[in-house]
Amino acid sequence: MNDRVAMLRGNTVYRIHWELGTDVLIGVCHCGAEHESEDPIELWEWLLAHPEGHEPPAADRQPDQPPADQPPADREPVVDRQPVGAQA
Amino acid sequence: MTFARNQWYVAAYGHEIGRELFGRTILGEPLVFYRSEETGEVVALADRCVHRRYPLSESRLEGDTIVCGYHGFTYDKTGTCVFVPGQARIPRTARVASYPVVEQDTFVWVWIGERDKADEALIPRAPWLADPAYTTVCGMEPLAARYELLVDNLMDLSHETYLHGGYIGTPEVANTPITTEVDEDNKVIYVSRHMADAACPPFYSKSTGIEGRITRWQDIEYHPPCLYLLHSRIAPVGVLPNEDGTDPDAFHVEVVYAITPETEHSTHDFWAVARDFALGDQEVSDFLRENNRTVVMQDVVALDILEQVIQKEPADYQELSVNIDTGGLAARRILKRMAAESDEPVKAARA
Ligand SMILES: [Fe+2]
Ligand SMILES: [Zn+2]
Repeated sequence: MNDRVAMLRGNTVYRIHWELGTDVLIGVCHCGAEHESEDPIELWEWLLAHPEGHEPPAADRQPDQPPADQPPADREPVVDRQPVGAQA
Repeated sequence: MTFARNQWYVAAYGHEIGRELFGRTILGEPLVFYRSEETGEVVALADRCVHRRYPLSESRLEGDTIVCGYHGFTYDKTGTCVFVPGQARIPRTARVASYPVVEQDTFVWVWIGERDKADEALIPRAPWLADPAYTTVCGMEPLAARYELLVDNLMDLSHETYLHGGYIGTPEVANTPITTEVDEDNKVIYVSRHMADAACPPFYSKSTGIEGRITRWQDIEYHPPCLYLLHSRIAPVGVLPNEDGTDPDAFHVEVVYAITPETEHSTHDFWAVARDFALGDQEVSDFLRENNRTVVMQDVVALDILEQVIQKEPADYQELSVNIDTGGLAARRILKRMAAESDEPVKAARA
């Protein structure tokens, strides 16, 4: 079960999930790469450095290929919902 | 500090602008507003007569012209001087600046930057405020603090527990995962707090009729620099919005802030609360107005103190950022970039 929320639908969305009950932040790039940190400044720097240091999340594809809305099949999908009242 | 000038800002509510001259400073520029007798459109001009700098907002409206209250220089809707006392010739340079204005979602939006970049399509929307399916209460508080402090404040709702204890803090918040998103292309920051299973506060059970436990979402959607939306969604446990974005089985409170710099050290803090339940119910409106105004004033008092502290300290003071600042840090970065972009053409023109 994955309770990660994703509300924005653009092609270049960077996400940081705060792991419940911990101090750990998980950064998820639009390319699928992930990185953990306990420092939000360090984590934004890592995310925004894309593609530098962003490992492809699966061996069978390169960074930048799939859009953010289509996570690779071997990963659990995020709980993806339309922002309430937001512009499409 | 540099303002992000090439952006739309809320200057007023539409209901504030009528046939009285209305002065308000936006991004350090004193402006005068009025509503045209002929077209009903809002006019925005620089609030200083070109002659001896007298404020036009302290002058007189005659039809769709302003007659300066000092020497009678007269300006039309475009800011062009059409009358100079005692002489027939009107100097070519006799005009005051006029600013693009758009009225949308009950707000009067103004563009202070380069005129040819003022694209109406860039104005972010808050459609609930003018939607008959919602009932709205609203206000505006002057803030004696720089606008960045208000952005910081609104991007992190964990301060609710401390600054607004007993008003809007809820016990489940500590057990709610938070996701922060940045859409780099569209310049939107979104902070989601989705409580899957929470107790229903008495106010909501009373005004919505929901019984039992609820799914409660509190989502921030910030469109820098000016428009901040807080989507508050309440539904019976397990009820989610439809795929197409419609959400008929939930109750919504849309809290809207417009954050407009007045000067480098002061801000116009516009706030509105729209709801899609208990429509027209005066008791519910009074409660939401009082509650939100109290919360806004608690923030105003705290931020006014903070501004005084910051003005007295050295510029290189080092802050500490922790996990709750994830959204605020994202906002600061985009604001900084917007200000830098607006600064470039000015520098180029000076060079
Ligand atoms: Fe607050
Ligand atoms: Zn990446």
